[in-house]
Amino acid sequence: MISLAGRDIMHAWGKFVFTGLGLGLLIGVTLSMAGIYRGMVDDARALLDNSGADLWVVQKDTLGPYAEPSSIYDDVWRSIRGIQGVIRTANVTYLTMQVRQGERDVRAMITGITAGDPGTPGWPPYLIAGRHITRSHYEAVVDIATGFRIGDRFQIRRNHYTVVGLTRRMVSSSGDPIIFIPLKDARDAQFLKDNDAILQQHRRTTETLAFKPAGVLDAVLASQNANSYVNALLVQVEPGYRIEETAETIRRWKRLTVHTRTQMEEILVGKLIATSAKQIGMFLVILSIVSSAIVAFIIYTLTLGKIREIAVLKLIGTRNRTIAGMIMQQAIALGSIGFVVGKISATLLMAPIFPKYVLLEPLDSIRGFIVVIVICVLSSIFAIRAALKVDPAEAIGG
Amino acid sequence: MSNKGIHIEMLQKRYGSGDTAVDALKRIDMQVDPGEVIGLIGPSGSGKSTLLKCLGAVIEPTAGRMTLGGQVIYDNGWKVNDLRALRRDRIGFIFQAPYLIPFLDVTDNVALLPMLAGQSNSEARAKARDLLKALDVDHRARAMPSHLSGGEQQRVAIARGLVNRPPVILADEPTAPLDSERALAVIRILNDMADKFETAIIVVTHDEKIIPTFKRIYHIRDGVTHEEAGEGRGFR
Repeated sequence: MISLAGRDIMHAWGKFVFTGLGLGLLIGVTLSMAGIYRGMVDDARALLDNSGADLWVVQKDTLGPYAEPSSIYDDVWRSIRGIQGVIRTANVTYLTMQVRQGERDVRAMITGITAGDPGTPGWPPYLIAGRHITRSHYEAVVDIATGFRIGDRFQIRRNHYTVVGLTRRMVSSSGDPIIFIPLKDARDAQFLKDNDAILQQHRRTTETLAFKPAGVLDAVLASQNANSYVNALLVQVEPGYRIEETAETIRRWKRLTVHTRTQMEEILVGKLIATSAKQIGMFLVILSIVSSAIVAFIIYTLTLGKIREIAVLKLIGTRNRTIAGMIMQQAIALGSIGFVVGKISATLLMAPIFPKYVLLEPLDSIRGFIVVIVICVLSSIFAIRAALKVDPAEAIGG
Repeated sequence: MSNKGIHIEMLQKRYGSGDTAVDALKRIDMQVDPGEVIGLIGPSGSGKSTLLKCLGAVIEPTAGRMTLGGQVIYDNGWKVNDLRALRRDRIGFIFQAPYLIPFLDVTDNVALLPMLAGQSNSEARAKARDLLKALDVDHRARAMPSHLSGGEQQRVAIARGLVNRPPVILADEPTAPLDSERALAVIRILNDMADKFETAIIVVTHDEKIIPTFKRIYHIRDGVTHEEAGEGRGFR
């Protein structure tokens, strides 16, 4: 038996191809939306992976340092380093801000890293050009997505930094590229007041009678200008030690909150990007409904255009299932054309130009294809119902 | 009385019931023998189309008996089980317009029926090619219907009606869109095919040009058939 659907498609291929193109662009947008969600999750995981930490020690009862503000004393590491199983610790600060890059602003996450060597928690795990930070001030390693190149200079607050190294896929959970600078510079950027504010505070403090006794004023002024906070302490646990047990020890003795990698992933994926994920989910549902409506309308219209032929087919003895099969096969063919166009457009057109990282996973494509086919099959039901209602007598005049 | 061809006794068709009932067919008696081409004529509203639909197993009569090629199709409320298969295997249709399937080429338009009946593609296409040759349109075997002339399309439609060698062919105003010359050519073909394949052919028509070609004519008036001898200026 010849394929009636195939012959009809070949006969009106232009109609099918152009309809498939339109549907494909819609499917491309849908796949891109799924890719954006995957990208957000991947960004969150990249942030955790690249930090090189097994544990995040943060301010008590906070979800810091990424999902909530967190401040802990910068000398906490000394006591935690002594806990059994802890092999490495490193203070870290995070601050998201706009950085001027040439004529444009780049939103970046400024990460303050402690002095050390590659492999120190918080450090970029690899570079694609240049070198790591070797000086204690005014050097930076940046993600290539910032647009900076080796040797470029940029300003954060009142200090200028020189780009000495480039890295890739170092992003915050929001997808903002990371700029690594020395910890002290980063703390200044985050906590240090500007000169006017310092002068005004100095004047007020000096005029306060309570600080007049000898030595008190100097001590107060010194404490006001000193900054002894970081956002979190990254901890590496020695292989062979159970991470959860080490975390529990720190919680018990230091009265700080400690997040493991699993808990941190839950915070980032389950809480930080949950609203965005829901929005994308809603878009996916809406796009699926729109796609269904379009496929249903197209197949229904194509079927109505063949009512006379269907009546003739029924009159000459064609089974209903043959006619239903023809319509369903056409719907599936349309969906397949649409999916191929959508996959190509999402991969080659949409993902590269999208401002956020779009991760198109093969498994999502397979799921997407199955969903498209199911939608096409369901959408063809209206057309099949219309075709099966056609009276073969319509082929006979009168 | 021959038990081949098509034989109809006291066929009735009523639409609706009670006060609103309409008797579209009141008493239809008809006998068409194998190889015979008869005309069925009548004014609008006389019941021609209803009769054609009953003969074509598209609607069921209310009462009466009909046999087709010796097989009882209807018998006072009883009907054969699978009317769809009956239409496919034992009735050929030729319509006012050819109604060829636009997305199939000429050969496959004709071969579709045997394919639907379960024959292999090659077998069905061989049958189709034989018929197209007999109807002198084999040179257009690979053409799409939209590339054929009106006369060629009608010959392909005749080939489609004949391809399963049905005992009866119902032709619904097959010459309506054609000029005199082509209309007579179509009737000539139908006569030749009826002869060749021993098929009974019923031609429903208003066409004055072809009415004189029938040896027998059934007039239908107010749902009742009346047999008349035609002029018989046929082609045999």
